[in-house]
Amino acid sequence: MTKEIHLAKQKRRNQKIAFGLFQFTSYAVVGLLFVILAFIVIKGIGVISWEFISEMPKEGMTKGGIFPAIVGTLCLVFGSMIFAFPVGVLAAIYMNEYVKDGWMKKIIKQMTNNLAGVPSIVFGLFGMALFVNKLEFGDSLLAGSLTLGLLVLPVVIRTTEESLKSVDDTFRQASLGLGASKWQTTSKVVFPIAFPNIITGLILSIGRVSGETAPILFTVAAYFLPKLPTSIFDQAMALPYHLYVISTSGTNIEASREMAYGTALILIIIVLISNLLANALRKYFGKKVKMN
Amino acid sequence: MLSSAATSITVVLIVFFLFIEGAGVFSKKPIEEGFLLAVHASNPINKLEPSQVKDIFDQKITNWKQLGGKNEPIVLFRTEDITEFYSEEELGENFEYFPAKIDEYVSKTPGVIAFFSDKYKAKDFHGKELEINKIKIFEFLSGEEWFPTAQPIAQMGVKALIYGTLWVSFGAILLALPIGLAAAIYLSEIAKKRTRNILKPLIELLAGIPSVVYGFFGLVVIVPLIQSVFGLPVGETGLAGSIVLAIMALPTIITISEDAMRTTPRAMKEASLALGASHWQTIYKVVIPYSASGITAGAILGIGRAIGETMAVLMVTGNAAIMPHTLLAPLRTIPATIAAELGEAANGGLHYQSLFALGCILFLITFCINMLVELVTNRGSHKKH
Amino acid sequence: MQKIESKGINFYYGETQALHNVSLSMKENSVTALIGPSGCGKSTYLRLLNRMNDLIDNTKMTGSILIDGQDIYEKNTNVDDLRKNVGMVFQKPNPFPKSIFENVAYGLKVNGITDKKTIEERVITSIEQVALWGEVKDKLKKSAFELSGGQQQRLCIARALAIQPSILLMDEPTSALDPISTSKIEELIYELKKQYTIVIVTHNMQQAGRVSDTTAFFYMGELIEYDKTKTIFTKPSQKQTEDYITGRFG
Repeated sequence: MTKEIHLAKQKRRNQKIAFGLFQFTSYAVVGLLFVILAFIVIKGIGVISWEFISEMPKEGMTKGGIFPAIVGTLCLVFGSMIFAFPVGVLAAIYMNEYVKDGWMKKIIKQMTNNLAGVPSIVFGLFGMALFVNKLEFGDSLLAGSLTLGLLVLPVVIRTTEESLKSVDDTFRQASLGLGASKWQTTSKVVFPIAFPNIITGLILSIGRVSGETAPILFTVAAYFLPKLPTSIFDQAMALPYHLYVISTSGTNIEASREMAYGTALILIIIVLISNLLANALRKYFGKKVKMN
Repeated sequence: MLSSAATSITVVLIVFFLFIEGAGVFSKKPIEEGFLLAVHASNPINKLEPSQVKDIFDQKITNWKQLGGKNEPIVLFRTEDITEFYSEEELGENFEYFPAKIDEYVSKTPGVIAFFSDKYKAKDFHGKELEINKIKIFEFLSGEEWFPTAQPIAQMGVKALIYGTLWVSFGAILLALPIGLAAAIYLSEIAKKRTRNILKPLIELLAGIPSVVYGFFGLVVIVPLIQSVFGLPVGETGLAGSIVLAIMALPTIITISEDAMRTTPRAMKEASLALGASHWQTIYKVVIPYSASGITAGAILGIGRAIGETMAVLMVTGNAAIMPHTLLAPLRTIPATIAAELGEAANGGLHYQSLFALGCILFLITFCINMLVELVTNRGSHKKH
Repeated sequence: MQKIESKGINFYYGETQALHNVSLSMKENSVTALIGPSGCGKSTYLRLLNRMNDLIDNTKMTGSILIDGQDIYEKNTNVDDLRKNVGMVFQKPNPFPKSIFENVAYGLKVNGITDKKTIEERVITSIEQVALWGEVKDKLKKSAFELSGGQQQRLCIARALAIQPSILLMDEPTSALDPISTSKIEELIYELKKQYTIVIVTHNMQQAGRVSDTTAFFYMGELIEYDKTKTIFTKPSQKQTEDYITGRFG
């Protein structure tokens, strides 16, 4: 009997230790997030000013602002989305509403998965070979946008597919039952219901695109270019590349450290806002759709 | 219709361009364009392997006998060495007599091997131009030295880079897996629903931070920390890369294993508890085995991410292209090599193509990993039905 | 003394009250059937007896449940030990994705029995108890999923018996089974009654009539009537009970 009591005690103690450890670990992971964020916010907040975001870099990028990098990143986000969003959404609609289950769907799905798994540096290589050299766009916003667009294509397709799937089949049946054609049903009934969730995917992709560095290294990014791009065949600076450059290979790394903290903070703000916005939207629309 | 094929077309195009450019490495001579290697006309050697050329110029091979030639010590000659034998006047003000003098020197030195530019080759050159074999795939994969701009012969051994990539990635998984699993267990089995709803989105937020920011954080925080903790001359080490990658892999591992654990049927867990098993016993004897395939998939995917990650690794690992022996020294990965060198490589040149060949290797590794994940998850779901 | 004694039980899922002031006692070595329409609280009540409802977030219970005179909701009750003493069989057969042998051995191992011989003996005895030995003795190493539904359910009962409980809770144990398997389980219940106190939730009126000594009728979270099974089925004192038993609702 005493042996059994002892055993039960041991069982409970093991559980207590294990659970305590797991709980600690989970909070530590979250703590890590806050440490990283707090570090960059504290170091970077002092750097940020109106001048910082509105002026050209000066004195070997140790002074002045990061205006051209912000503009460059915005151009890239815009350019890649103009390409990836329509293509991705159409692809997902076609896949989800028109293609029947079978080997073809399987292959397309598998290919989308594979594309999502391709490392971003490989996208950079590919963009350089195809857009920069083969099609002779040169290092340009066009080449960079297309490369980034291909990179986020799987993200757009997946989120769109998910939102289309979440549309209840009864809506489709009701519309078809009223004599609407398949395309009318898709465009007038299914798409509008799924639209809010599709937008969530768009916002997430924006976050992803604004942070990517490797694909733009050889397709668009300029090391130092104190003017704004005027055409899609211009090179441009970009925030993530700028951060990489001034923290590793600037003319004076120590002197540009301040600038680096500021740039990192701006970058994080953009990415976090898009993530939080997407989350909030998803929650908001999630409730609304359920109520229907 | 066409747009749905966009991803497939892209994959095909990526494969096409990567492999076309990458294959160039094996169809080109590994000697810089516009340069040649020549020997004395009487030398019976006509052809050399790239590695032999390298050993000759590293003076590891010092006699033609070692290469199956005559017993004659090898005399190295590079263009600039000519000034040792001839005066400036003899060479001419604008080096106009270079070709003649080089020809003369080569003709009178039976053991010579000369490396010089095409434009200094005399019209009636008396020496014999050497043929250099192309780099073989096996050499490419097994060579330990990566020095693609070396003269006279480029060194393109990717073994050190592959090892570097694997070392950093496995180091990262070793760190991230236990932490990730612990957190996944807590979130899916122990935490209250409310706690979980707060913690999980925060952890997913970690995945949203751009890799260049992680690299920067690693550079200004983790690198100096490692340097002082281990008392190293430099903090940019494989370990720094592993730590940064581990942080980046955590959200992937946690999310996927947590999802897998949550698919454990309630009935299984209740059966275990009803038999007097403690909560913890139920977790490690029922939940974990049941979700093993999902957890494995998460871990493999985490490795895949780590292997392909570029910027963060580039910024914190020190990028020394040597065979890694410890995580406490600088090392270099495949993606970092591409990122660091492609900007300097001439379009279409051997160096450029070798970086595409690296891209091929990277693509193949990640492709296999994706397939493996697919396999593991499919097998897992088969088992349950 | 009663084997199980519950007094004034109220149970809440969040704001919703699922049980209202239920008091119910059961004798040792008897079979008690809990009947009533879906959502009447009979399963909830059953799951209170081995504290299975503890697992559900945001629930609350008042009142007390005594087993062998011990309050099982007292602070220093060891829940694991309680569950060891109160075995449970579920609605759907839920063997672990392990071998037949390992399924039955599981409860022994988690309760700290390491001696291989003891484990083997107990596994065999339990499988024999549920009359499954002849069917599985040659494939103990095979996965439990290879058995038929009825065999799986008997295996789950064997699994519960292996750790030698004194009470056996059964939550609609035959609802997922065919008639032949069902009758085998019912015979088994009759056999097991000699050694165990059994509480069974069932939707099947005939089953309650066949296997139980006493029957409790639940309706909308309340215990409407509790009596000898014979009495309940022949002359129930409550109108609602009569309506339910004669099939007028439910």
